[in-house]
Amino acid sequence: MKTGSSIELRLPSKLGYEKVAMNTAASVAKLMGFAEDRVEDLKTAVAEACINAMEHGNQLNEALIVGVVLSMDEESLEVKVHDHGAGAPTQIVKPDIDKKMHEEQTPRGLGMFLIQALVDEAEWVSSPPTGSYARMVIRLHPAAE
Amino acid sequence: MAELGTQVKVEEVQCAPGNPITVIRFSGDITSTSQAAVLGTYQGLPEDTQRILLDFSKVEYLNSSGIALVIQLMIAAGKKGQSIQSFGLTPHFQKVFTMVGITKYTTLHPNEKTACAAFTT
Repeated sequence: MKTGSSIELRLPSKLGYEKVAMNTAASVAKLMGFAEDRVEDLKTAVAEACINAMEHGNQLNEALIVGVVLSMDEESLEVKVHDHGAGAPTQIVKPDIDKKMHEEQTPRGLGMFLIQALVDEAEWVSSPPTGSYARMVIRLHPAAE
Repeated sequence: MAELGTQVKVEEVQCAPGNPITVIRFSGDITSTSQAAVLGTYQGLPEDTQRILLDFSKVEYLNSSGIALVIQLMIAAGKKGQSIQSFGLTPHFQKVFTMVGITKYTTLHPNEKTACAAFTT
């Protein structure tokens, strides 16, 4: 794959369409030579980022677009997921299963934790008034960097 | 793009000594739209159900909202003193369930046979 290539998707803010981004990212990662387990990690991370963008960023307003940009180079794949919201919470709460089971913590709220845990690099950038984005990177040889 | 939706099949099996085991077999997607399929199915089980086996082997797509529904099912089962075993998750979702900590409350088995054998009550 040519260094510096990129692919852009524009998704409606409708749950289910995150699969378009998820499957596109998976196809690209496979073409780049990522191992199957990393492809699965990326699929979950991209799906969760798109769901967050649709639900929280764009409030499920189908007229608002979730933009997904995949950028490839020889060593890494970067995925940016843009929405029209004010940005994600600055703190990622690690799930506490005991608190969840005792109903002291919502059973939801797993998405950002999973994203951060599954990719090599993750950040959430608030850039008003145009919107915000989540940025994820997976590397072919993470130990080498 | 329509979601696949969640299909659910409930069976009672006698694959281990003791009380019968209720198997909830999920297929398709488990997402935020699966509340009726996941929690509704659980709530429809007979009151005297004691042992529940969750079969994820035909699940094609599972996201964090779907995992949250599984946690809610486990909370409800815990309140009733029911025991839950699970099988059929892909290696990736075994990893995700472990990250989230769900494995503290249900064991993830490679297949139905080992899951059945794990019921001790």
